[in-house]
Amino acid sequence: MSSQTARSNLMALPAIAWLGLFMIVPCLIVFAYAFLTRGLYGGVEYTLTSENFARVFDPLYAKIFLTSVRIAGLATLFAILIAYPAAYAICLAPKRMQPILLFFAVLPFWSNYLIRTYAWIVLLNREGLINNLLRWLGYDGEPLSLLYSEGAVIVGLVYNYLPFVILAIYSSLSRLNGDLIEASRDLGAGRVRTFLRVTLPLTMPGVAAGGVFIFVLSIGNFVTPALLGGGRFQMIGNLVYDQFLTANDWPFGAALGMVLIAVMIGLLLLQARASARFSGETAEAKHG
Amino acid sequence: MADALRIKLTGRGILVLVFGFLYLPIAVLVLLSFNESGLPTSWSGFSLRWYVSLAGNSDILHAAWNTLVVAVVATLIATVLGTMLAIGMETRKRRSTPLEALAFSPMVIPDIVLAVALLTLFSRLNVTMGLHTIIISHVIFDLAFVCSVVRARLKNFDFSIVEASRDLGASSFTTFWRVTFPVLLPAIVAGALLAFTLSVDEFIIAFFTAGAGRASITLPMQIYSMIRFGVTPEINALATLVMGVSATVLLISQWLNKEQMTR
Amino acid sequence: MTEPLSIPVLSVDRVVKHFGKTIAVDGISLDIRENEFFALLGPSGCGKTTLLRMIAGFEVPDSGSIHLGDRDITREAPDKRPLNLMFQSYALFPHMTVWQNLAYGLEMERLPRGEIASRVDDMLKTTDLVALSARKPAELSGGQKQRVALARALIKRPKVLLLDEPLGALDKKLREKMQLELKRLQHEVGITFIIVTHDQEEALVMADRIAVLRDGHILQCGTPQDIYERPANRFVAGFIGMMNFIEGEIGSDALFRAAGQALVCDMHGLKRSAPAVLAVRPEHILLRPEGSGVAGTVVDVAYHGLDRQLYVKTALSQAPLQVRVAAAGPEEAAARTGASVSLGFDAAACRLFQE
Repeated sequence: MSSQTARSNLMALPAIAWLGLFMIVPCLIVFAYAFLTRGLYGGVEYTLTSENFARVFDPLYAKIFLTSVRIAGLATLFAILIAYPAAYAICLAPKRMQPILLFFAVLPFWSNYLIRTYAWIVLLNREGLINNLLRWLGYDGEPLSLLYSEGAVIVGLVYNYLPFVILAIYSSLSRLNGDLIEASRDLGAGRVRTFLRVTLPLTMPGVAAGGVFIFVLSIGNFVTPALLGGGRFQMIGNLVYDQFLTANDWPFGAALGMVLIAVMIGLLLLQARASARFSGETAEAKHG
Repeated sequence: MADALRIKLTGRGILVLVFGFLYLPIAVLVLLSFNESGLPTSWSGFSLRWYVSLAGNSDILHAAWNTLVVAVVATLIATVLGTMLAIGMETRKRRSTPLEALAFSPMVIPDIVLAVALLTLFSRLNVTMGLHTIIISHVIFDLAFVCSVVRARLKNFDFSIVEASRDLGASSFTTFWRVTFPVLLPAIVAGALLAFTLSVDEFIIAFFTAGAGRASITLPMQIYSMIRFGVTPEINALATLVMGVSATVLLISQWLNKEQMTR
Repeated sequence: MTEPLSIPVLSVDRVVKHFGKTIAVDGISLDIRENEFFALLGPSGCGKTTLLRMIAGFEVPDSGSIHLGDRDITREAPDKRPLNLMFQSYALFPHMTVWQNLAYGLEMERLPRGEIASRVDDMLKTTDLVALSARKPAELSGGQKQRVALARALIKRPKVLLLDEPLGALDKKLREKMQLELKRLQHEVGITFIIVTHDQEEALVMADRIAVLRDGHILQCGTPQDIYERPANRFVAGFIGMMNFIEGEIGSDALFRAAGQALVCDMHGLKRSAPAVLAVRPEHILLRPEGSGVAGTVVDVAYHGLDRQLYVKTALSQAPLQVRVAAAGPEEAAARTGASVSLGFDAAACRLFQE
């Protein structure tokens, strides 16, 4: 090992130690817990079992799992459908405006998640702004119960994670060589076919990155279903929370956590492969 | 070209809609915080009374103090560790995939999983939980973000200036302080500010690692219980203040990052 | 020689294009003939690329018109025009193989699969790309990408092929080879080529006719020989090839004088008793026996293989004159720094310009 490598490793060591001690070790403990038996008053007993994973597929929990997948899937779909035109519109803006627009698109993402979720309670409430607006517009029926529904949870997730999806798609779009679009037009493709055959395939890595991100964060989400779903819509995140803080079934909670991690790793690998399929893109972008 | 004009206008329209979607809910909160009645049903006049009552709420002040302590200490530790990690990773001759994965994972691991893992660890070790355990936990993701901001700067860093400094007779220690560090400083500060806002806003991990009782409750935890159990109009004022602080810190961070790019 | 009097294949008529306040193309008119290899030559910012992009349909002129045969294409969308562009960046679709890149344009014409396949295969053969057909652009060298880009544009059998700095990204050796290759291919397919270049040598070697552009105007349009031997003004003279300029004056006696030397030249259309600039190429300055002609001192010698370039300081101009002499031969003795020489001018090849 050269002295340079030794020095580099030494620089990285404190952070590696911190992450190892407080992230890797705890995750390994949780992984181990997932194979243990639940203790009588919380805690665990050291009897190996695979029952915790089997319970994940119990119809009761499988249903929660499917609900989570459906909600996260719909949130992902809507976020992409909104974020793609938004990112495209930012790309159409004058060059010097683009960083500013992007910054303000992403700014809400870095501000308090709870507050942004709370804002939707204010809007969707029976006494909330949207119902007030409807009444003011002449609607005089029962106030709509918009809150505590699957729709409210999805809106909350889309709202909270949209900025990142815009960012991911924008970074793909802005790296796209404009000559390729013109080349497609020149070869006889109209706007629509150019978009479908050139723009969209070449920006799929950005769509995949944004999509995986919002899906992973949504499926493990706990705050949004708790606040906007009113506890009526259990998702895996809530289930994990319950096992640890109320049901005191840590081994089962641990198994659920491992399922989440597995979903995350699986999707990240899939996304890496999707990006690699368009490996030509980065080489081309450097010339552009 | 009529076509070009139509596309431009469509683009503008989409931007207006999307930014409306992103900012209107926030704007409503800000507006409500100045509403005398505090209710979304009607505007009863401009008032600062919710801000005044906020200032007299000892629970919230206590939580705000805790949050500040956690965010400042976690940011300081994370900035040192994250910067060192970034330099260590970028000066390596060969990319190390396990190291890349390790530095990346705190940013993508579902926070609920990290939260229960830390809870498990601390209860296994019989550690009394409190602000110190929140700080330990926050450093994990804070350092990952600092590292990624600093690495972005290092990617455009011309390492030949380090060699030039050594060639001109400076030791590697002097070179670091006189050459490398000043060039990296804006990125380090930008990363630190980002870490600070993340820590101020983080809820789930703090919730799991704060331990029982109200002693080490943080602002997001306070906000969560206010939303869950009885919304008072004070929360609008609190939300406005918290978002104002985050936005200011992020603007400074962004500005620093831009400065260094144009330099 | 009979000039074909048929309608030009492409005609550009008084085209103007502004970008904000700057004017990129300022009233250019051009007629391009059938099967011509035409070059738009000029320094960067002269408007040549903007003109090409208007012909391709990516910019719309503020005024003026562009006709393809008798069809007005001024405002037609690029995908509707029967002409194709080879991009400077090649713009190969990175997610498609070479084969798919070539097929793309034909698919847009909704041709039957069988015909697409046979035309792609034919074109791969013509351009010697058969072995690379399954590769993606990232796996190709610069020269290979260039050939694919050319093939992809040619396969559409356009009325006119536009080439934007097609050889700009290649190294010198490959560029020279491709210049001849392009000329051969143009001959073979019988398509009109319009090429944009800033490289005067490239234009001279390849084009049948050249238009020299500057600041949105055409300064001169003609055959390479015309432009090289009879440049229309001082800029063209200096832009094409190497040129010596000598500031002086035309006397009332119709002689050009500089530093006490007089020269008989073609004075056609020039004002008497007025300042003028004499332009003479290095190969048109000759070494004379000592004592006759203009005296000078060799200050530098550059060896070019076949010939030598002498830099001779004289009283005629501030900068040393460039003189080209054979590398081997009677002039060899003079080709030393510090040697005293005598220069004579080939009057027939000298040009005079007045502002």
